[in-house]
Order: sequence, then structure tokens, then C-alpha cells
Amino acid sequence: MPKTLFEKIWESHVVQSVPEGPDQLYIDRLYCHEVTSPQAFEGLRRRGLPVFRPANVVCMPDHNIPTAHQECPIADPVARRQVEALAENTQAFGLKHYGILDERSGIVHVVGPERGLTLPGMTVVCGDSHTSTHGAMGCVAFGIGTSEVEMVLASGCILQARPKTMRIVVDGELGRGVTAKDVALYLIAQLGTGGATGHFVEYAGSAVRGLTMEGRLTLCNLSIEMGARGGMIAPDEVTFEYLRHCPEAPQGAELEARIAQWRELRTDEGAAFDREVRFDAADIAPMVTYGTNPGMGMAIDGTIPTEGVPGLAGALSYMGFQAGAGLLGTPVDYVFVGACTNGRVEDFRAFASLVKGRRKAANVTAWLVPGSWRVLAQLREEGVADALEAAGFELRQPGCSACLGMNEDRVPAGKLAVSTSNRNFVGRQGPGSRTVLASPLTAAAAAVTGVITDPRTLL
Amino acid sequence: MKQKFETLRSRCVPLPQDNIDTDQIIPARYLKETTRDEGFFGQHLFQDLRYDADGQPRPDFVLNDPRFSGQVLVAGRNFGSGSSREHAAWAIAGHGFRAVVASSFADIHKQNELNNFVLPVVVSEPFLKRLTALVLAHPETEVEISLPEQTITIVGQDDREHFDINAYKKHCFLNGLDDIDYLLTCRQLVEDWEARRDAKG
Repeated sequence: MPKTLFEKIWESHVVQSVPEGPDQLYIDRLYCHEVTSPQAFEGLRRRGLPVFRPANVVCMPDHNIPTAHQECPIADPVARRQVEALAENTQAFGLKHYGILDERSGIVHVVGPERGLTLPGMTVVCGDSHTSTHGAMGCVAFGIGTSEVEMVLASGCILQARPKTMRIVVDGELGRGVTAKDVALYLIAQLGTGGATGHFVEYAGSAVRGLTMEGRLTLCNLSIEMGARGGMIAPDEVTFEYLRHCPEAPQGAELEARIAQWRELRTDEGAAFDREVRFDAADIAPMVTYGTNPGMGMAIDGTIPTEGVPGLAGALSYMGFQAGAGLLGTPVDYVFVGACTNGRVEDFRAFASLVKGRRKAANVTAWLVPGSWRVLAQLREEGVADALEAAGFELRQPGCSACLGMNEDRVPAGKLAVSTSNRNFVGRQGPGSRTVLASPLTAAAAAVTGVITDPRTLL
Repeated sequence: MKQKFETLRSRCVPLPQDNIDTDQIIPARYLKETTRDEGFFGQHLFQDLRYDADGQPRPDFVLNDPRFSGQVLVAGRNFGSGSSREHAAWAIAGHGFRAVVASSFADIHKQNELNNFVLPVVVSEPFLKRLTALVLAHPETEVEISLPEQTITIVGQDDREHFDINAYKKHCFLNGLDDIDYLLTCRQLVEDWEARRDAKG
């Protein structure tokens, strides 16, 4: 019987199906960060258990890390304690740990793929909803809670009901200035924040195939924002070429042998999905959000809906926007480029390409935060960092930064941020902060003009 | 020790909004604790909806409304979307809720509730509308949730719905067992699986 890519990977990892219950799924890779793991390690200690398969686990702090002066102790004692707890736990349980200032460290969903710790065909979990990112490598990757982190640490497995399957096909060619981020925001706007709940999504179609590895990581990252359990893309030459440059992936002849096997990782002709939807790439414009969830998005030159969106009035009241109005020309206070969504080298190259020949607008505070030390090193080598600094921008040290209002990088109450992150929830970037989600190109257009600007007019 | 769950009869706290995300349930700045202190997280449940910037209770938020109390939170559609933070489930449990009624849940949050012995009860939109309207008009309204029967009943209204839960999780709730207790008994199966994988190369 023809099978989907998801089914092939999932089924090959089922240790057993619990009668009338979930599947017991073997987990190849568990990533831990400092926020959602301490209680799991505490649980192991309480039960007197070791980590079942330490070699499958990779840990690094990212959420609480300041993005300046990482060589100094973290000022917030509670955050510092949490970061220290991860270091202590990994030492006590014998786990790989990339700590602060380690050149291998950064945001876990940037580091895992770029180092080749995530590979095609794997099952990958982390106590973080944006674990869906890793699915771009052709694996089954999904976010879990802390009890489940403890479960995987203790047993190497997770109990999980098998999700339904969904294929999202985007065919055609993306227009000028339209990026993977815009594709994702478009899909979420079309399907809604709960539109893919209970489903595991495979992205397909010529527009998806045409994305770079980094674009695919951005697209899969945002799967959770439509409620999907995860998102994935079948591995192909783009994936394999990317893996040839990953320091912790298999190397040389071993890698080529694995690649020959990974070529089988694709959905069979005629395989059935529980749900299938199709979109035309030509319909997608640069996107912005106008409300307080990622589904409240529109084309940047569009107008805010006047009805038909749940929670619209409350969202617009919080954002200070008017139903029926456009957003072009709206003054911007902050621009944030980074996060597991758009913190990769290509994102900063795109930002820099639009900035070229222009300068940061005086009214804008810009935070450019590479997703890892490797990304920062690449930007320095390529001269992108110098070009941005000459245009009035500062590159900060890697971390989750202003994505979630947890570390020091917070958008003040009432201020408007154009952000390449993943969530525009009420108070997400700090209490009272107002977030417009957008691509790195759209963020660059806002950063140099000081207002929301269609990047296509500046390219 | 985990609390067993069989039946629950309680008044309800109505929060009739769709897409309540886990950042609303507990903002990220309260996630820095390293212990599983449900009491701490419970104090910050719905922090920014519940308290203003000075920490004063917002009188218009339901948890500050003395008319409403109980162990059942009645929400809207797509409850718990967004971040996977289990702290949201700890906050709900820490506040004293033992069940959340909604017309749909985000997947990760639903699993987090189940792993913390908070019962997610999925009901139809019409039932949810009737229940919410009744609770808002008559805060003394009670529901009875029977896990063995898999039913939720509006007490005194002859209004009842069936809800789904898989047989395995139902067994865990009824007996106060968690997944790790179970998985530890399956170690040999995992080692056999690994041996088969390694044999395949």
C-alpha cells in the first residue's frame, strides 16, 4: 500500500501500539533547553532514574540568554539559576551541553539543523512548540511538554497518539520580495490558528521544492501556528547539499551512503492523506499581521478585515489599528530580526540586501540577533556584519531575544515592533507590546523607512 | 502522588474566548522556576488578564469576580494554542482547576493537561454555548463530569454530552498512574526495537 512520508518514518519508530491507546514511539533525538527541562530532570532524580540513552540528547540554553555581554553573569538571578541548572543537570546525567559562549551554541532549532544533529528520517522532540522547524530536514519533529521530556529522558520513547496526515501543496513561482515567511503567514491566515490541529503536515509542490533549506526551516517552524502537530518536507538534493556542510552530520562516504537511503524518504505515488489543500504561489504577497494571533495576517498592501475574524475587535483595540484600514505608512518603534523562525544566515543576508545603500531610520530601535554563533561568524566572514554596522545596525549575541518577552530584550508597553519572530500574542514581546509579524525583507523596509513599507518598492 | 479522577461535580468559571494561547495562561517571564511548584504557577494563572501593570486585580476579569468559582474552567475554541510550556497546565492545576471544558484544544496543551491530571473535556459548540450562557446567567450552575461514563451533565438541566478520551489515559486518570510508570515496564521492548534497528544497519 502506498504510504506518506510521515507514515514511513512514524511506523518505523513504533516500538508498540498500546491497546486502545497511543503509540510508543522511539525518539532518535531529544533537544533540551533550560526552560522546559529542569522539572524533568527533577523528576528523574525523584524516581532515581538515569537517562536511558544519553547519546540521543543534546542540550543548550537559549530562552534566557542575554544578547549582550554574555561573558558576564546573567543579571537576573532566577534566569541565571535556570541556565546553571541546565549545565549542572547535563553534567550529572552525562549529556552533551553547548553552554553560553560555546561556538556551537545558539537557539536549539537553529543549531540542530545547522550542525547536522537533526537528520532525515529521524524522530525529533524538544520541550518547545517550534520543534516543528526540524521537519524541514525530512524528519518527524514535534514539540512536547515537560512531562514528556521526562518520559523521553527516562525511557527513550514517548507515548503519543498518531496524528492525522495533511498535505499542503503550494505550486508555482513566488513573486519578487515574497519569502518562505510570507508563504507561512499566508497559509496560517488561510487556514486559521487551529486549522491543522490534530494533523501532521507535509509541505509539497514546486514553490516548496524551490525554497532553500533555510526557507524550508522557516516554513516548517511556523507549522505550529496553524495548530499542526508538526510540518515536514521530503529530503532532496537541497537537503543533501546542506548536510554536506554540517559539522556533526555523518561525513564523506558514510554520508553519501546515508543519502542513498534517504532518497527513499518520500511520499509514495497515490498515498492518501486525511486532508489535502492546494495554493497558488502567485497569490502570495509579502505578509504582515494586524492582530494578536498569527492567523490575523494580510498582504502588506491589503486592508484589515471588518468582520468574519474571531476576536477581531479586541485584537484591533489592543493593536490600535482600525478595521478596514491599511497598515502601510504606520510608524514603527522596534524592528527585531532573529528567533528560530528567521535567525539564519540567509535571513540576515536578505535584510542586508535591502538595507544596502540606506541607513537605519532614526525613530527605530533595531535588534538583529543571529540564531547561533555560527550564523554570527558567517555574517562576519561574509562582510554582512560590517555592512549592517556601517548602516547604523548592531548585531547582537545569539539567543531567543525579543521573541518571547522572557530575557532582557522586551518591547515596551504600547510600542510597535515589526518582528521576524513567530507570535504576535498579547504581551508576547513584553507586557503591552504590539507585534507585527513579517519577513526579514519587510523588517528591513521598516527599519530603513521607519514606517511599515512594502519591501517590493525598495528592491 | 497524582490525584485520581473519577467524577467531579462543581460550579464553573466561564472564560468564553476563542484561541486563548499559553502566553495568556502564563506569560514567559514566569517560566524561570526550576521546580514544579504548582502553587507558584497558579498564582500567575492568566497574570496579565487578571492583574494590571501595578499588580492590582482587574475587576472585569472572571477570576476576580466573586460570583464565579469552582474546579471547572469553561473556555472557547482552540484552548491552549501556541507555546508548549507545561507551566500552563501547572498553573491551571495550581489554581485548583481539575477540568477544562472547550470545543477544541491545541494538541500539545491538551496532552500537558492530561499529563497533569487536569481533564480536557471536548464538547460540541452548541453544548458549550448553552453551558456558558447558563453559567453567566446563573453562576451557581454546576456540572457533573463522570470519567467512567465519559459524560458531562449540566446539573438540573437534563443536558448531557459524551466526551472522548482514549482507554489508556482513562485508565491512568482513574488509577492515578502516569506514563513514565508505564514506560519503565516496557524497557525490554525498547531494547528489542534497537536491536532490530541495528541489525538492519
